[in-house]
Amino acid sequence: MALLLRGGRVVDPAVGLDEIADIIIRDGVIVEIGPDLTIPKGITIECAEKIVVPGLVDIHTHLREPGFEYKEDIASGTRAAAHGGFTAVCAMPNTSPICDEGSAVRFIVERAAAHGKVRVYPIGTITVASKGAALAEMGDMVAEGAIAFSDDGSGVQDTGMMRLAMDYAKQFGTTILSHCEDESLAGKGVVNEGVVSTRLGLVGWPSAAEEIHVARDIALCELTGCRLHLAHLSTAGSVAMVRSAKERGLPVTCEVTPHHLFLDEDALTPEYNTSLKMNPPLRTAADKEALIAGLIDGTVDAIATDHAPHAVHEKALEFELAPFGSTGLETALSLAMTHLVSRDDFSMSDLVRVMAHGPRSCLGLPTMRLEAGSVADITVIDPEARVEINAPFFESKSSNSAFMGTTLLGKASEVLVGGQFALRNGKVVD
Amino acid sequence: MLSTRHIIDVQDMTVDDINLILDTAESFKEVNERRIKKLPTLRGRTVVNLFLEPSTRTRTSFEIAAKRLSADGINFTASASATVKGESLADTAATLSAMACDLVVIRHKYAGAPRILTQQMDAHIVNGGDGMHQHPTQALLDLFTMREKLGKLEGLRVGIVGDIAHSRVAGSLIPALRMVGATPVVIGPPTLMPARPEVLGAEFVPSLDEALPGLDVAYLLRVQMERAEGMPFPSVREYSRLFGMNSQRVAMLPNHAIVMHPGPMNRGVEISAEVADSERSLVLHQVNSGVAVRMAVMYLLLGGEASGASA
Repeated sequence: MALLLRGGRVVDPAVGLDEIADIIIRDGVIVEIGPDLTIPKGITIECAEKIVVPGLVDIHTHLREPGFEYKEDIASGTRAAAHGGFTAVCAMPNTSPICDEGSAVRFIVERAAAHGKVRVYPIGTITVASKGAALAEMGDMVAEGAIAFSDDGSGVQDTGMMRLAMDYAKQFGTTILSHCEDESLAGKGVVNEGVVSTRLGLVGWPSAAEEIHVARDIALCELTGCRLHLAHLSTAGSVAMVRSAKERGLPVTCEVTPHHLFLDEDALTPEYNTSLKMNPPLRTAADKEALIAGLIDGTVDAIATDHAPHAVHEKALEFELAPFGSTGLETALSLAMTHLVSRDDFSMSDLVRVMAHGPRSCLGLPTMRLEAGSVADITVIDPEARVEINAPFFESKSSNSAFMGTTLLGKASEVLVGGQFALRNGKVVD
Repeated sequence: MLSTRHIIDVQDMTVDDINLILDTAESFKEVNERRIKKLPTLRGRTVVNLFLEPSTRTRTSFEIAAKRLSADGINFTASASATVKGESLADTAATLSAMACDLVVIRHKYAGAPRILTQQMDAHIVNGGDGMHQHPTQALLDLFTMREKLGKLEGLRVGIVGDIAHSRVAGSLIPALRMVGATPVVIGPPTLMPARPEVLGAEFVPSLDEALPGLDVAYLLRVQMERAEGMPFPSVREYSRLFGMNSQRVAMLPNHAIVMHPGPMNRGVEISAEVADSERSLVLHQVNSGVAVRMAVMYLLLGGEASGASA
């Protein structure tokens, strides 16, 4: 079957494209891009006033299945992904049972094949049960489809174990993801240590607890030569260390989340809004500016959502008892359109770099370009769509969004995964 | 009339609110000296003491205050509460709301818990201490005691000594002192200071001995040995040597200066027995003022309504 995307602004810096063009897709593959194309029969999607980009990828998603299906499952999480404009997500392993061996990876691959609206790439744990004591069966997991390894949620505390994992992972060419948190410093911290911890009487989680692990893991990257990806960086100091590591040519990449880019600790008031409780915590306005600067100058490779759905009753607790995390899949693109693409120093090509190409290259996922022969994983964005962030808006089972109640400008209208609609006219295709 | 429906955070109050509470407490203090210590003011009103963290002193003080105003006081304590069965605070609040309580005093282990009650019920909420955040009635009774003994609040230099980081007493007292024109100074080892004491409005002075000659009030906080994980100082002996109030240190204070402590005291740690029992120590005055101040808070939150009860 043929598909024509007609008259959109086609943007892909990987092939030097930013112009009005038509795209013909046949059998899930892009066959032609150019002006005034026609197809004898098939579906034509009018893309005038819209922006056509390579499919967005979220490399940090908590799909919660198996084990926490009341928060999210592979079906609802990938619906949320499609709704937010993503053609693929990488599933974090902190499920129950935890994804630390091949059969657990296979379960996710099979469930995603049956119920997923978008592609799902499983991430396995670095250590058994993410306990940091023994290496998980990485080879077994790679054989079943794992694309990277992470002990997300806690981070590997023992430096020797982290070194061992990075040395071992090299043979598979996979990336080790680091959740940077020195637990002896972060302790029971729930907000940034400083103004907000003092003001609200909450235990602080200092920037240094992240930065010590960033420094440590960059040193281990240099020692082992293993590809290292630093997850959800939140501080100016972390970004500076990554910038310096990249200048030295180390295989280090990093991501930042929308909530760390567009919110800071000043959002936390005596209302104790638990949707603003995340790990790492919201930092200062200066940290936020440093993250944006890193995104602009290329130090930061990717925006990743850290989509962390939680049920209403779990978040409706005392701040110190509520779980960490905000949902993110359905707001990330709209936030980036509203707050980044609107800037003079951030272009649509930059957005493609940090939400489509950057995420893929961080984890070595298959590349995708807007050119003939490429698989048709494509996102179409309506830059003028107004989005009200409220509970009914979400396809996710959960609505614990740090951005609840805001109005944003710009939203995905179509998502094509291998040439098939996952989202059409802004609605998830059933 | 108070400008606020709840007493949760001193920063929600105005200076006029604080003065009104202190002035009202003065008249209740007189009631507490009578043989028959009871007024009919809050007859028929229900006050719940929702104490989800162990407390004897504060709970008793609120309980006596409610009884002296003829309110029906109910104690809902942690050991007897549904929370140990796993009920959420929001559900407990909804349950109490369904029982039509007029005022709830909440003491809770976690910061911000009183806000959860305001979201679930129409009753007036009084914060009896939330985590490491605030304990506003303690700050009010401390202001009351200072004003009574020193004749004014404006211009006083108050040294708060000890574990500021974990202290909800300091969390309320520091901003309250700022509001009434006094100068709070925090004194203690850096390991017991919050990350940014200046955010609360306090100047940090590391040496007690250097601070003493300039103080009108030496306010000693309890060393919360049960709270800190891993002692944030080498030993109790060393703490006492550097920051304990003893007779030698009292002698370094100006003659008019007073010594205060929110209780319960660790005798021999932050305060020597000799000082605790001396005339300079106002510990029991504070306790006595506490009842009057809590009566004032309940009266002002509920009494105004009672007079227009048909509305």
